[in-house]
Amino acid sequence: MDEDPGKRFEAAGEQSDPTRLDGNAAAGILSEIFVSDLTVARATCANCGTNRALGALMVYAHGMGTIMRCPNCDAAVLRVARTRAHLQLDLSGARLVVVPSAPAPFAT
Amino acid sequence: MTEPFVSRGFRGRRQPSAVESRLPPGQYETPDFPVLSAGPTPRTTLQTWDFTIRDRNGATARWSWDEFKGLPHETITTDIHCVTKWSKFDTVWEGVSVDTLLAAASVRGVESAPYALAVSDGAYTTNLPLADLTGGKAWVAVKYNSLPLTPEHGGPARLLVPHLYFWKSAKWVRQLRFMERDQPGFWESLGYHNYGDPWREQRYSGD
Amino acid sequence: MDSVLVPPRPRTISWQLATVVSTTIETPRARTLVLQVPGWAGHRPGQHLDVRLTSEDGYQTERSYSIASPPEASRIALTVERLDDGEVSPYLTDVLRVGDQLELRGPIGGYFVWHVALGGPVLLVAGGSGIVPLMAMLRHRAIVLETGDARMRHNVPARLLYSARSWDDVFYRNELTQLARDDETFEAAFTLTREHPAGWNGFRRRIDRMMLAEIAWPPAERPQIFVCGSTPLVESVAAELVELGHDPALVKTERFGPTGASA
Repeated sequence: MDEDPGKRFEAAGEQSDPTRLDGNAAAGILSEIFVSDLTVARATCANCGTNRALGALMVYAHGMGTIMRCPNCDAAVLRVARTRAHLQLDLSGARLVVVPSAPAPFAT
Repeated sequence: MTEPFVSRGFRGRRQPSAVESRLPPGQYETPDFPVLSAGPTPRTTLQTWDFTIRDRNGATARWSWDEFKGLPHETITTDIHCVTKWSKFDTVWEGVSVDTLLAAASVRGVESAPYALAVSDGAYTTNLPLADLTGGKAWVAVKYNSLPLTPEHGGPARLLVPHLYFWKSAKWVRQLRFMERDQPGFWESLGYHNYGDPWREQRYSGD
Repeated sequence: MDSVLVPPRPRTISWQLATVVSTTIETPRARTLVLQVPGWAGHRPGQHLDVRLTSEDGYQTERSYSIASPPEASRIALTVERLDDGEVSPYLTDVLRVGDQLELRGPIGGYFVWHVALGGPVLLVAGGSGIVPLMAMLRHRAIVLETGDARMRHNVPARLLYSARSWDDVFYRNELTQLARDDETFEAAFTLTREHPAGWNGFRRRIDRMMLAEIAWPPAERPQIFVCGSTPLVESVAAELVELGHDPALVKTERFGPTGASA
């Protein structure tokens, strides 16, 4: 499937959702689950194959949970909800998540 | 054990309600109508909109917008309760009773089942037992406060099932799909309660 | 490929209590809070922190605020704009006072970050309170260039386009105009959308493609671009920048939501 790199920047107008945020807005809740900053990790959308840093995903975070959606196809890549004693994380919308890490010792 | 921190002088937005008995446990009354979104607001035109009821064998009853308008509509005044703790009293809606829709579907050969999945534009889903959609408990609503439902609040049409937490009243609803077995929807599969009775405070699974 | 900083060694971020050390009025609607945060491990310009308020009956609510201070400063500064019907911002601008404690966690978010090592040119576009994280970047840049090799500043030229309702609503007004006067490699352009002072020579309208074409470097220069403000402004500006030919991978956005200020 083609990714239109400009797609996430469709001109504001009828289609714009004034409440959506950038991936950064999910960094706080993700920091409760992951030790690494996931917003600089890259995810491959399981629906359309678009590969972007999580910081570039669209975040909908009003009320019941935090939903991170693919900027190309709007599919939910990552979903997280806070319940009474848990954080529930659904990553099934991400085919792969690649997290930068320090190089392994002795790597050439 | 140390005392939990309290922000000096912070009250938050909630107002104490004079009608406590109308509030399910843990709720507070709001004069607003907050919009909670889990995704982009779908903007389906009335020309492309349709509503279908579909059974396990694939038999379908379908209404276009014009056909839907031709069905008997009711006005419903009801309290609504959101799992994020706000409740709104005496909200006024107009829509078609799900009983009416199911009766018409049955005539067209659609067979019911114990459970249903409401499916919306934008891929939102929520599951309900058939028993909670019948007997005058549920509608497909097209108007709020006498005006056509805005996209932000679920227009052109949303499910209205006010006896359950409001996430069950699926915005932008397009289909009711009968299921033999219960299947958790968008929030139910992320830790929210499968049934969602506000009077028993069933917010999360296990409650 | 998005240009991002490889994060430093991972560590968990927990809620902690900070103390308000001073408050300053920035504009009629905005206040800067300076905080002493015990054990603060530093941050990158552009990052934010989460603030959590708790009432006596246990009700809690959280909001994110961009850090206004550069990493070189010893204390953390936030600039908060009061939203009249907001739940949290009026508390921070009107109720919180010196000596109070504030629960926060951070720093958060390595994606919307710029620092001198990433190079330039860098274009910053701010709408209203969106200036806050960009100010951290500019303050950091100014400190690093002050103490560094005089030629360095030509490697990281910076331009700011800042949209505000009026001149009175411009945060850090004097600091920005002073910075632009003192540093030939930094240019600041302001556009005032509702009212302007007599004799105003700057722009007088919402940011549009023509204005961006005038202010931005040509796409061939490959500037790194950071856009911050209300969601509608950010989306409009980012779309126009892409239409002008800028590589979307070089345009980083931080949407603040419908109004451009944390409620």
